[in-house]
Amino acid sequence: MSSRTVSETPAGVVARKYFWRGRIARRLMKHRSFVIGAVLCTLVLLVAIFAPLIAPTDPNRMAIRFRFQPPSWDFPLGTDNLGRNLVSRVAYGARLSLMIGLGVVLLNAAFGVLLGALAGYFERLDGFLMRLSDALMAFPSILLAIGIAAALGASATTAVIALAVVYIPRTARILRASVLVVKEQEFVQASQAAGASHGRILFRRILPNCMAPLIVQLSFVFAYAVLSEAVLSFLGLGAPPTTPSWGILISEGRSYIREAPWLTIVPGGAIAVTVLGLNLLGDGLRDVLDPRVKMDGA
Amino acid sequence: MTQPLLTVKNLSKSFAARGAASAKDSRTIYAVDDVGFHVEHGETLGLVGESGCGKSTTGRLIMRLIEPSEGSVQFEGQDVLSLKGTDLKRLRKAMQIVFQDPFSSLNPRMSVEDIIIEPLVVQGDMNGTDMRRRARQLLDKVGLSSAHAGRYPHEFSGGQRQRVGIARALAPNPKFIVCDEAVSALDVSVQAQVINLLQDLQEEFGLSYLFISHDLSVVRHISTRVAVMYLGKIVEIADKKTLYASPRHPYTQALLASIPVPHPSLRRQRARIGGEVASALAPPSGCRFSQRCPMAEDLCRREAPAMRHLAASHEVACHFAERSGTRAASPKARAVG
Repeated sequence: MSSRTVSETPAGVVARKYFWRGRIARRLMKHRSFVIGAVLCTLVLLVAIFAPLIAPTDPNRMAIRFRFQPPSWDFPLGTDNLGRNLVSRVAYGARLSLMIGLGVVLLNAAFGVLLGALAGYFERLDGFLMRLSDALMAFPSILLAIGIAAALGASATTAVIALAVVYIPRTARILRASVLVVKEQEFVQASQAAGASHGRILFRRILPNCMAPLIVQLSFVFAYAVLSEAVLSFLGLGAPPTTPSWGILISEGRSYIREAPWLTIVPGGAIAVTVLGLNLLGDGLRDVLDPRVKMDGA
Repeated sequence: MTQPLLTVKNLSKSFAARGAASAKDSRTIYAVDDVGFHVEHGETLGLVGESGCGKSTTGRLIMRLIEPSEGSVQFEGQDVLSLKGTDLKRLRKAMQIVFQDPFSSLNPRMSVEDIIIEPLVVQGDMNGTDMRRRARQLLDKVGLSSAHAGRYPHEFSGGQRQRVGIARALAPNPKFIVCDEAVSALDVSVQAQVINLLQDLQEEFGLSYLFISHDLSVVRHISTRVAVMYLGKIVEIADKKTLYASPRHPYTQALLASIPVPHPSLRRQRARIGGEVASALAPPSGCRFSQRCPMAEDLCRREAPAMRHLAASHEVACHFAERSGTRAASPKARAVG
C-alpha cells in the first residue's frame, strides 16, 4: 500500500486493487483455521513431492520375512502382508491420491458450477438439466463410475473423469439451490436495472454469494474421490495396481484389520489429515472472502 | 400540452399459477390488469394500495425487470417495451429504481463505492477515476461521507443503506426513479429524513418519481398526484388535494378512513369495509371491489367499470362515483361502528 493512496482518503481507504490484495493476505494470515489447514495441506503436498526421499525402500519391494510388522523403530508405520514398508507405500500413495482427488475436485467444480448456475438462473434450462441430473443420480454412484471407467478404458485419467462425472449432479444441485436463493435478492434486480448482462449478473454478482456451500461440498468430493478411486483400482479400472494409492492401501489392509489394524489406520489417517486440511483451508477462504465476517477474533 | 415523461397504457401482467393439480387446472393470476397512467416531468406520482395489489409489479414492469404480458410504456416518446440490447441498456441510464429492502438490495460482497458505480461500470462510458470521484460526490449528496466509500453494506444502518441505494440510482443521472416502498422498511424518523432527501434531490436534478407505497401519509407528503390500486387495477387517480379531500371511489374512501388520527376526541367515523381481498386467481366478475363495496349493486357485479374522467385531473373507475361523492360529504350517515 503506497502512502499516496492512503493520504488520498483520510479514512485509510486505499485504491481497490491494492486494498484487496493486502487485505486478503492479511485476513488469511489472521485466520487460525486457514493457517492450520494450509500447514496440513503443505505437509501432505511435500510428502507427495519428496516421496522418493522419504521412502526408505521401493514401495513395492517385498520382504516376506518382515510381514505384518507392527510400527517399530525399523518400520515406523509397520509392514503389510507382503512385508512392504508402509512408510514408502503411504508416501508414494500420496502422489496418486492427491492427483486424483484434486483432479476430480477441479473437473467436478468446473462442470458442477456451470450446470448448477445455469439451471438456477435460467428457468428454461432448469427442468432439462435437473432431470438429466436425476437420471445420473438414479444410478448408485460407484456403479456409474465403474460403468464410465469401463467404457473409457482403465487408467488414472479415466478414474478422474468417471468420479468427477458421478459427483457433478450433486455439486450442480447444491449450487442451483444457492443460485435460486441469491437471485431473488434485490441487488440482482439492481444490477439488471443498471443494464448488466446475464453473464455479468450470474457470474460476478450471484456466484460469489454462493461460495460457502460449494466449498464444503468440494471438500466432501475430494474425500469421496480418494476413497472411491480404491474401488475402481480394485476392479482394475483405475491406475495399475503397482502404483499404490491411499484407497488401495485401505482396501488391501481391510482383510487384516484385526491382526494388523495399522494397515488401514495409517492410510485412513493420511486421508483424514488431507481432508481436514482442505476443510480448514476452505473454511478460511470462505470467511476471508466474505466481508461481513469480522476477523479480529478468528 | 407537452408530452408527459412516462405514459403507461393497458399494462398487464399475468402469471401462471404454480401448484396446479394438472395442466388442465392451470390458472392464471392477473397481477396487473389493464393499468394506465402518466408521469409528468418533475412530478411525483404516488401509487398506493394494500399488499399484493400489484403496485410493485407495476413498477418492475415499467423498469422491464419483469416482462409485461400486454400494454405499452412510452418514456420520452420511446417505446420501452420494444427496446432490446444496447438500446435498452442506454435507456436504463434514464430510469432507475430504489428498492424496499435496504438489506437485500445491496450486494454484501461489494464495497459501497463498487455498488454505487455499478451502473456506470456497466454502461461503460466513464473511466475509473471519474467513476470513483462520482461515487464520492454522490455519497456526499445523499448525506453520507465520502470516507465511507470503501466500507461494506453490513457496516451501515438501514437508513444509511437506503441512502446508498439512492446514490446508486442517481449515479447514471436518471430522469425518472421508481421508489418501490423505498421508505417502508425504515423507522419513522429515518423515513422522514429519506423522504426529505428524495425531495431535495428531485428539486436539484428535476427528477420524476413513481412513488410506490402502502403508507397513505407518506404518499400524501411526497406526491403531486396519487393513483390508488386494488387487485391489479387502478381505481382512482387524482391530484393529491382532490384525492385526499374528496375521494370518489369507495375503496379510496375506505383506505383514507383507515388512516389513524392521532387525537382521541377527533376519532373519525370509520367507513369500514368487510371481508378479505378477493383472490387474484378468481377475481369477482364485474367490478373487482364489488364483493366488499358497501354500495355495490347488480350493475357492479355484472360490468367492470371503466376509468372515466370526473374532472380534468380526476379519474375514477366506479359506476356510482357521483353518488359516492355525497356519501363522503356526510360520512356519519353511512358509517358503521
